[in-house]
Amino acid sequence: MFRTALMAGALALAAAFSPTLAPAQSTLRVANMGEPESLDPHFVSGTWENRIIGDLFLGLTTEAADGSVIPGSAERWAISEDGRVYTFKIRSHKWSDGQPVTAADFEFALRRILAPETTAKYASLLYPIKNAEKFKKNETKELGVKTVGADVLEVTLENPTPYFLAQLTHYTAFPVPKHAVEKHGKDWVKPGNFVSNGAYVMTEWQPSSHVKTVKNPNFYDAANVKIEAVIWYPGEDRAAATKRFRAGEIEVATDFASDQIELLKKEIPKETRISPYLGIYYFAFNTAKKPFDDVRVRQALSMAIDREAITDKVLKTGEIAAYSFVPPGTDNYGEPAYVAFKGQGYDANKKKAIELLTAAGYGPGKPLKITIAYNTSENHKKICIALAAMWKELGVESELFNTEVKVHYNNLNEGAFDVGRAGWIADYNDPQNFLFLMQTSSGKLNYAKYSSPGFDKLMDEANRTVDLKKRAAIMREAEAISMRDLPNIPIYYYVSKNLVSPKVKGWIDNTKDIHRTRWLSLG
Amino acid sequence: MTVLVAGTSEQAVAGRSLWRDARARLRRNRAAVASLVVLGAIALLALFAPYLSIHPYDKVYFDRIQVPPDFGAGHWFGTDGSGRDLFVRTLYGARVSLMVGLLATAVALAIGVVYGAVAGFVGGRIDELMMRAVDVMYSLPFMFFVIILMVMFGRNIYLIFVALGAVEWLTMARIVRGQTLSVRRKEYIEAARASGVPTPTIIRRHVIPNVLGPVIVYVTLTVPHVIIVESFISFLGLGVQEPLTSWGVLVSEGARVMEEAPWMLLFPAGFLAATLVALNFVGDGLRDALDPKQRP
Amino acid sequence: MFAYVVRRIAAAIPTLAVIVTIAFFMMRVAPGGPFDLDRALTPEIEARIKAAYRLDQPLHRQYLAYVGDVLSGDFGPSFKSRDFTVAELMAAGFPASLRIGAAAIVLAILVGMGLGTLAALRQNTSVDYATMGLAMTGITIPNFVMAPLLTLVFGVYLALLPVAGWNEGAIRNLVLPVIVLALPQIAYIARLTRGSMVEVLGANYIRTARAKGMPERIVVVRHALKAAALPVVSYLGPATAGILTGSVVVETIFDLPGMGRYFVQGALNRDYTLVMATVIVYAALIIVLNLIVDLLYGVLDPKVRHP
Repeated sequence: MFRTALMAGALALAAAFSPTLAPAQSTLRVANMGEPESLDPHFVSGTWENRIIGDLFLGLTTEAADGSVIPGSAERWAISEDGRVYTFKIRSHKWSDGQPVTAADFEFALRRILAPETTAKYASLLYPIKNAEKFKKNETKELGVKTVGADVLEVTLENPTPYFLAQLTHYTAFPVPKHAVEKHGKDWVKPGNFVSNGAYVMTEWQPSSHVKTVKNPNFYDAANVKIEAVIWYPGEDRAAATKRFRAGEIEVATDFASDQIELLKKEIPKETRISPYLGIYYFAFNTAKKPFDDVRVRQALSMAIDREAITDKVLKTGEIAAYSFVPPGTDNYGEPAYVAFKGQGYDANKKKAIELLTAAGYGPGKPLKITIAYNTSENHKKICIALAAMWKELGVESELFNTEVKVHYNNLNEGAFDVGRAGWIADYNDPQNFLFLMQTSSGKLNYAKYSSPGFDKLMDEANRTVDLKKRAAIMREAEAISMRDLPNIPIYYYVSKNLVSPKVKGWIDNTKDIHRTRWLSLG
Repeated sequence: MTVLVAGTSEQAVAGRSLWRDARARLRRNRAAVASLVVLGAIALLALFAPYLSIHPYDKVYFDRIQVPPDFGAGHWFGTDGSGRDLFVRTLYGARVSLMVGLLATAVALAIGVVYGAVAGFVGGRIDELMMRAVDVMYSLPFMFFVIILMVMFGRNIYLIFVALGAVEWLTMARIVRGQTLSVRRKEYIEAARASGVPTPTIIRRHVIPNVLGPVIVYVTLTVPHVIIVESFISFLGLGVQEPLTSWGVLVSEGARVMEEAPWMLLFPAGFLAATLVALNFVGDGLRDALDPKQRP
Repeated sequence: MFAYVVRRIAAAIPTLAVIVTIAFFMMRVAPGGPFDLDRALTPEIEARIKAAYRLDQPLHRQYLAYVGDVLSGDFGPSFKSRDFTVAELMAAGFPASLRIGAAAIVLAILVGMGLGTLAALRQNTSVDYATMGLAMTGITIPNFVMAPLLTLVFGVYLALLPVAGWNEGAIRNLVLPVIVLALPQIAYIARLTRGSMVEVLGANYIRTARAKGMPERIVVVRHALKAAALPVVSYLGPATAGILTGSVVVETIFDLPGMGRYFVQGALNRDYTLVMATVIVYAALIIVLNLIVDLLYGVLDPKVRHP
């Protein structure tokens, strides 16, 4: 009796709050795995911000449902013979407040992000544009960007850059509304002031609670945009986000914890989507430090890793064992250059590794001692435990060194490590975006402090080469050098992991893991 | 001279009988006795951990990752997400957690009781100054404190104990001060003062024994808190380093997979809970046994 | 009494100044900075960003500038969140934390003191053991286990309550986080109450009251509970400050926009200005609550007088 009354009470309470529970079915709810740092495209740096911002703004080029590059704000373009001058014809379309989008908005945006005083973290991605680097360093006022007419933009590059069109889909190249920025200054991104030219416009942002975006009626292709609104929850706790998904509180979770894979495969196999992703998980050797300056030591340690055991037994989420630095399937490349020990069998590799270590002067009497550094994360921990166990087979004594993320990267930047975990997710689909990490000129990003004149020379040559086939061959030669020297140990190629409700239609798995809401619908 | 001798011997007699009474009362408290047995058993398991399993605590079995309890293979508690035996890891975790709990609490107890008793008893300006210092310590970001300690002294697990103890004493000090404030105006203290007994002696002989009750209760609350905080520090990468482990770390790993690998949560959490519940009953028993008003 | 309060508030100013100073320099001693990213910046961009946040200046200069800003009411920009100032972030986070925290405190005091009193009155009986065992769940099961467990049972399996989300502070969204936040406090309060209650119940004046034939209910509520509340009150001062400023575990798991995550995320991100602001708010709360505790001593125990 009491129980029934309690239940009735609970139901009445539930009914009182139910309107907020069941929003109109044209609202998509996403657990985004992070709180945005900003919604100004010039000041963001994370994939979670890209998901929101890519819905809000339309770059000169943009992504199709399958992630491929298609015309965006630019209707069409022409490229000069030498591959250095791009002329874009801007589509006739409007900002969300009704103002027309012009070539001047693009020039304004590029000058703004590249201005010396703008504290944009990843402005360096635009350095292929002529004089961009000098402009940023305040060495010149000239920039290779010119408004030729109200709707014609001309961009001149330093070198022929075959990935330039792909790069324009990146948020660093998005337009910003000149009129709104000039009127509101830094506050132009606040709800109410916010103006965008993409399929959606931001209307609400409660920090650490949610960002709400609604359909932009002025979007040029608004007729084909089916979802009325998107609510982006930070959802940083992956296990909690998975539970919300299972309870039907969200339609998309953009990641899940890999230790839950078996449960997910059992409970929601259709919703669990795993797909190859353009990224490499690797460990960097500190090549400036003994004994890791010895190529034999690096080779031995790299060989003795049973990558399939890591991907198939430890992670179990479909990651692919990596034997090259550039993931297979990267555009403008073909087959990557693999390490020599690929396909030799783990036991043979182990034997060879012991020989190499002995040659380098390490053996039972004098064991090699290594500290393996990683930043806090359950997966990193498991992989490092596995590495230590595999290296133990060679007689190597490893100590695990876990630090929080800022200390970890500070140590990598300062060269205060032996072997350190790192990862790289491509900004644009091109082998250069992986290989440049090992160039001497990359400075801090080159954690291994690898410096090979041969490698550097080939990379410079590739940058100047217009012919895509020749360029690919040169870069493959460079990769082959690095896979012999092994400053970095590739472990696996990343996969993207999403939970997508069957209600969501139009979701196509792709290597960039980009799924713009304009292509989706709720059925 | 004779008076002094007589005084001391009387004190000693009184002291002995107090403690003997307390022991007798504690022995009659069944829950406390049972809890002591449980704690003793866990301590013994932790001590002899390496001899109780055929598996080393850091051995990775790639073919037995996250398997449920398997008696054939000697994995009585199953294995963890890296393929290591959970039974032996739980016992090694007991070593770290019990040490963290006891050492940090001992540090907190020592500093907190003395500090609180002095502040409460002396009172006035000194009390105010001492309590403001506690306010300052409370408000400092604990995480940076730990991070800096690690950097300054390297990563030494014993430092975690000190760091934790050095933070946990604050609440202890406040509680002791509160109790002292209410004790200090009691007649026997006024009397001791009037007869010229020095302040440190009064604090040691009259104040501390009288605030023991709440302190013991708080100690039994501090140990669990320290064990949990340790797991948080480890989670941040500042605590115990792999392949060593602690109950806090094991429980937080288990909590991530509570649906698919419940054994990873249940075994370490069971040990943790048993220890904490036992501590609680021992604490209550001790408190009751030491309560001077409860003489039979 | 009034003079005492004024004096304590005046004393709070140097205390706050000391806290701000120590916290500022302590934070800067820790390795790693806000711009040590998983993807390193090019030198010219890093230099620009550091200059924009004054990180290129000598430390004492930065400190003076920061103190100047705070005195003029400016808590500075966040190093991590670009679109909100620290003040805006705190203004958004604090009400949410306050709402959840206040509910948790009230729940914890009611249940905790109730259980503790019950156990003390039935000392060393099965009722005592059962109540204290129940109260202990709050500390034997850490919140990072309790929160996922409750969301799993009530959110996923039974589908009675939402798994997570703030939903403008709707009650059904707050039930689970409030319970998770209150549970350990219930344990602490019940334990402290039981301990001091047992002591008080043996005191002479209670015996006298009972001997006079005063009803048990009145003895317990009006006399014993009042005296037994002392250690609880002393514990609650700082504990309340901790609860009102949120819990990172609860907020992250339940996706709530509170302040708790600023403490930990702010520290992990080396978001110096945000951490400083959390320290100041927390310190102010501590000072105020400890003052309240000390005043309550006077109310609960007439022997303590504030000169």
